[in-house]
Amino acid sequence: MLKLSQSDYLSLRQHGEETYPHECCGVLLGRFDDNDGDATTKSVMRVARCGNTRVDSPQNRYHIDPRELIRLQREGREHGEDIVGFYHSHPDHPAQWSPTDLAEAHWFGCSYVITSVDRGAAATTNSFELTGGDEADKKLLQEKIEVS
Amino acid sequence: MGLGLTAAFRACIFGLYHSIFIYMPQIQIPSPLRQYSGKQASVDVPGNTVGEALSGLVSRHPDLKRHLYTDDGKLRAFVNVYVNDEDMRYLQKEATALKDGDTISIVPSIAGGCCLGSDRSRKG
Repeated sequence: MLKLSQSDYLSLRQHGEETYPHECCGVLLGRFDDNDGDATTKSVMRVARCGNTRVDSPQNRYHIDPRELIRLQREGREHGEDIVGFYHSHPDHPAQWSPTDLAEAHWFGCSYVITSVDRGAAATTNSFELTGGDEADKKLLQEKIEVS
Repeated sequence: MGLGLTAAFRACIFGLYHSIFIYMPQIQIPSPLRQYSGKQASVDVPGNTVGEALSGLVSRHPDLKRHLYTDDGKLRAFVNVYVNDEDMRYLQKEATALKDGDTISIVPSIAGGCCLGSDRSRKG
């Protein structure tokens, strides 16, 4: 399960509208809570917008500069936060993970949030947790989003 | 006797050299890999190069190895390794020399995208 505030939820959806027709992307900082079986509960304390470095195909690809991740990890440690997930948008495409999303997902236990943006307006937002023991058997499983 | 003393002297000098000149870089472990590093967010390991430090890390935490390296011992393509804020691929890769106080960050890549060209027909 992914828990986040109303303002953070709206912020990541709005980011997708602002970058339309390109994909937006960002990082979710917070903490890992108790485990519920195989799934992990994550509480988001902050949403950090990132730039999409895929300038060659920003309408259907995203990539976050690792230096941004290092900076956010460093800042997070100072505030007792971890990287617990990521978000991006799918312009004019469903809020479901794609084969590319799965192939490029490597942060096990983290959330991958996807917002569909239809003609510039944020539509559906779904979250998927990357599960599995390694690259060979990884899966993106839909998880509940709790907005409060 | 003389040879034994020489060997002992060399061993002493070797040990002294390493105790003085081997650095202890700190390796930052990303959250998904901490289950394999004893839940530690950072690990201090000895090493004068990035390769030595990473070898020290997987020696201490063997379960990390398959997540960082392929079966033939190459660093996985999606595993970024930074020395402070520099990508080691643009330095001397695993031969990159370390200095006192360096921090190594292991950062799995973050990327993806909605579809291939032909996937666009799935819209709905």
